[in-house]
Amino acid sequence: MPVAAIKDRLVKVDEEGFLTDYDEWDEELAKVLASQIGIEMTEDHWRAIRFLRSDYKENGETPTLRRVSTVGGIPTKDLFTLFPKKPAKKMAYIAGLPKPRGCV
Amino acid sequence: MKRLLILGGGTAGTMAANRLRRRLSPTEWRITVVDQSEAHYYQPGQLFIPFGIYRPSDLVKPRRRFLPEGVDLVIAEIERVVPEDNKVVLADESELGYDYLIIATGTSPRPQETPGLAGAEWQQSIHEFYTFEGASLLGEKIARWDGGRLVIHIVDMPIKCPVAPLEFTFLADAYFAEQGMRDRVEMIFVTPLDGAFTRPVASRHLGAMLEERKVALETDFMVERVDPEKKRLVSYDEREIPFDLLVTVPLNMGADYVARSGLGDELNYVPVDPQTLLSKAHDNIFALGDASDIPTSKAGSVAHFSLELFEENFVQYVRGRPMIQLFDGHANCFIESGRGKGLLIDFNYDTEPLPGKYPLPGLGPFTLLRESEANHWGKMLFRWVYWNLLLPGKEMPLEPLMSMAGKEVEATVR
Repeated sequence: MPVAAIKDRLVKVDEEGFLTDYDEWDEELAKVLASQIGIEMTEDHWRAIRFLRSDYKENGETPTLRRVSTVGGIPTKDLFTLFPKKPAKKMAYIAGLPKPRGCV
Repeated sequence: MKRLLILGGGTAGTMAANRLRRRLSPTEWRITVVDQSEAHYYQPGQLFIPFGIYRPSDLVKPRRRFLPEGVDLVIAEIERVVPEDNKVVLADESELGYDYLIIATGTSPRPQETPGLAGAEWQQSIHEFYTFEGASLLGEKIARWDGGRLVIHIVDMPIKCPVAPLEFTFLADAYFAEQGMRDRVEMIFVTPLDGAFTRPVASRHLGAMLEERKVALETDFMVERVDPEKKRLVSYDEREIPFDLLVTVPLNMGADYVARSGLGDELNYVPVDPQTLLSKAHDNIFALGDASDIPTSKAGSVAHFSLELFEENFVQYVRGRPMIQLFDGHANCFIESGRGKGLLIDFNYDTEPLPGKYPLPGLGPFTLLRESEANHWGKMLFRWVYWNLLLPGKEMPLEPLMSMAGKEVEATVR
């Protein structure tokens, strides 16, 4: 399993750079991860990221966009504004969670 | 007398009734199946209706015929489950009690969930093939269509039989070529995924097959609405895709009574343990087939493989013993590719579809992730297998758990 140095910390990541250990994440780290993909965190961003974190903790799966909108209460349109182009993937990256499973 | 209640007499519910009736003593266990209709459809056949390969009458039989003696069938709509009282309320307010409940009411397309989709153009220039009526109407449309821009589209995942939109695309390409009008049809495949399919190796193989057939691929497309007047798909990130003929796969959701009963997730699927299919919320409720939230294909093959393990687990579980047959998400799906050929994919929760041979390593007769005539014949013969072996729960020469034997693992994935 590869390890990445993010700022001054070493964290375990997968081959695409997604964190693999739920507990190695904190909000400081999230800011750095966000800036690496060109996102500056605002309160609206945090609301989505915190939902991802708590939902994952409860269910063990990264929530889909539809779940973030129907259960988390953040409209999909807003997610595309906050995390342009690939919101599901970008949110998971910042939240330190596995990429949402492409359900086959 | 204990009662096992099975909601849904489709692929999974019928298999469960047949397998468990053999295993549970008729003097100790009453088994009842509830379904809203008398007709059992062979759903894999729907794909072929739009191209006139099957007629709807080729694909339907009476549900009762596939349930064994000693299983009651109740034809009724389900109002809700009351898990606290171990009972199911039907639409006419009558009630059925249970000791154990199996939810096997599958998933269904919901065009009304996407703004503009089920409006004025529905079944005019906008079609679907996941219902018998829809597939038949699409067939009539295709037969009189003289070409233009054909957009094949998936609203969101997961969907029943996730390879079907690709199969439809391959069959449409072959059909229009045969009609001598392929040059008058522009084809675009529009998906919310980041490639032709979900996992990397299959996505690459299937993406190349789209390219060979001159089908454009539009990825990461999350549809926000359909504009029926301008005939356009509009995404959340404001891309617009015009169409003359749209063949869409609407949002799929589990049955509404699941939501009314508080048993479902945001898409009305029942959260279960992915290895045993036991409800996470109630220790006497299982969800089988498409009705559960397990992260693998919603497909008959998954229902079949998981049922083989479930049968043994259930018999142990009701005796207070642990369930030790753990399901791995094994799925395999034929992918009809047109011109008398097809592919086969075989995978599970952890292993993506890979090239190779199946079920016998080196011999096949089926080829994994590569086109062959054997796969096409496998798919066509499967209708007989479904009615005669699969539903009755007879032994088939296929292992329930996925095997790596016969699969080619590439040195590098990228």
